[in-house]
Amino acid sequence: MTFQEILKTLQDKLGADVVQPTTDLAGDPFATLPAEKLPEVLNFVKDDPRLQMDCLSNLTGVDAPPDHLDVVYHLFSYPLRHSFVLKVRIPKANPKVPTAEKIYPTANWQEREAYDLLGVVFDGHPDLRRIMLPEDWLGHPLRKDYKEEQEYRGITTTRPSLLYPEQ
Amino acid sequence: MAIHNQEMLLNMGPQHPSTHGVIRFVVKSDGEVMSEAIPDVGYLHRSIEKIGEICDYNGFMPYTDRADYLSAMNANQGYAMVVEKLLKLEIPRRAEYLRVIAAEFNRIISHILALGALAMDVGAATPFVHALKEREKVNDLMEALCGQRLTYNYVRIGGVSYDMPPGFTERSLAFLDNFEPLMDEFDRLVGENKIFIERCANVGTISRQDAIAYNLVGPNLRASGVDFDLRRDMPYSVYPELKFQVQVGRGERGSVGDSYDRFIVRVREIMQSMKILRQCFAQIPEGEVLGDIPKTMKVPKGEAYVRTESSRGDMGYYLISDGTDHAFRLRIRTGSFTSMSIIPKISQGMMIADLITLIASLDVVAPEIDR
Repeated sequence: MTFQEILKTLQDKLGADVVQPTTDLAGDPFATLPAEKLPEVLNFVKDDPRLQMDCLSNLTGVDAPPDHLDVVYHLFSYPLRHSFVLKVRIPKANPKVPTAEKIYPTANWQEREAYDLLGVVFDGHPDLRRIMLPEDWLGHPLRKDYKEEQEYRGITTTRPSLLYPEQ
Repeated sequence: MAIHNQEMLLNMGPQHPSTHGVIRFVVKSDGEVMSEAIPDVGYLHRSIEKIGEICDYNGFMPYTDRADYLSAMNANQGYAMVVEKLLKLEIPRRAEYLRVIAAEFNRIISHILALGALAMDVGAATPFVHALKEREKVNDLMEALCGQRLTYNYVRIGGVSYDMPPGFTERSLAFLDNFEPLMDEFDRLVGENKIFIERCANVGTISRQDAIAYNLVGPNLRASGVDFDLRRDMPYSVYPELKFQVQVGRGERGSVGDSYDRFIVRVREIMQSMKILRQCFAQIPEGEVLGDIPKTMKVPKGEAYVRTESSRGDMGYYLISDGTDHAFRLRIRTGSFTSMSIIPKISQGMMIADLITLIASLDVVAPEIDR
């Protein structure tokens, strides 16, 4: 199925105002939906015989300055060989998304990575810890407003330049 | 004296000789039988995705080498393709062929290293040395092609950096003629060895459902019986013009999706890569290798997700551009990361010694997990 056909299937199920497409940019089109609809939509696209999206190929977060975060779901169907991009936009003040871990087990680690690097909180995740960075790290580095600390446990994070010592 | 019979916590790594890089496992075990092995990753995190937001588009190419240093050509190709997709750039056909030649050579040496390491981890040291010996010969070819032996930085946005040097085709074909019988011998020596079969068959069996649910990719997915290869099923570059068979695990020595299947699928993929290479050398057209591209490129606003079949399977680049000369967000989705995430589930009830086989047969590369 093409993007438009999948979009129509989703809109028929949930209502046209719930799933908002963005198709005017370069590259891949995507659809945006509210966070609370996410488990319902993921269950639907996974089980519906027309869609059969059994694979969550990629899950990641994106900063949307100034005060939002996007969580992106790249879905793929092995039986039907089509894909679809879903986005959820959440406020930085309350960055909560329902977990997809129950529906796609692979989301477990990918959500931990999005939590670690962007600070997205996945509601209902069984083991939401940092995965890449040490547990006592401050901040979420992939946010655009992230400021690097001057030191980590007494180790400086910057080095004087050997070539240009005055800098 | 009281006998303690509670669960034992065992720390494996981060510098264990057979964890293939810097990975740590916390093993919960009752004697030799594990109840769970919990991977602890992140020791090699170099924030490549953050660097991608700082560098300009051309400047990021060398970093993709470091994302997966055993399969740098494939990583290069995926990144170039995602930028070209947003730019709607056509690249010269000779460059497409050169990319495929480089990528398939890279697949051969990445797979043979994985096979040698698997054999070494289950106790046979010699095959690893043979694997390294053959890998050196391909490294020589790569050095002739692009000047580097490991981190190639060969692919450019819009083409490749250099054409083949004189005599490259002959040298490559001579290597393939020599390597083909050697690979066959390697397969018979290792793959039909009774001890190797008993260490691998029925160990770490991953079902078809689990493989898809945990998003395993590439040879690991195919070993579990899923007949899917991006090169054939979502073709890119010049793969539609090349003939090859997709190899699927059939449970020849045990059950479908066990460590032996992952071994034999890789052996056969090497054979297929050699077939692809011979076709490429026969079909490669003359012409330019680098299209006309601006020095500082402005990529139009939008986003793209491109998946390519790397040595460890589906490597996805997700690029968001805000219309400037550097990426707004660049996400690299790698096969090793998802392979690691299935280990807590598969390791339940396994022997500690078999965990080594499982890690080696999944062919995880630590820098690719952590990026």
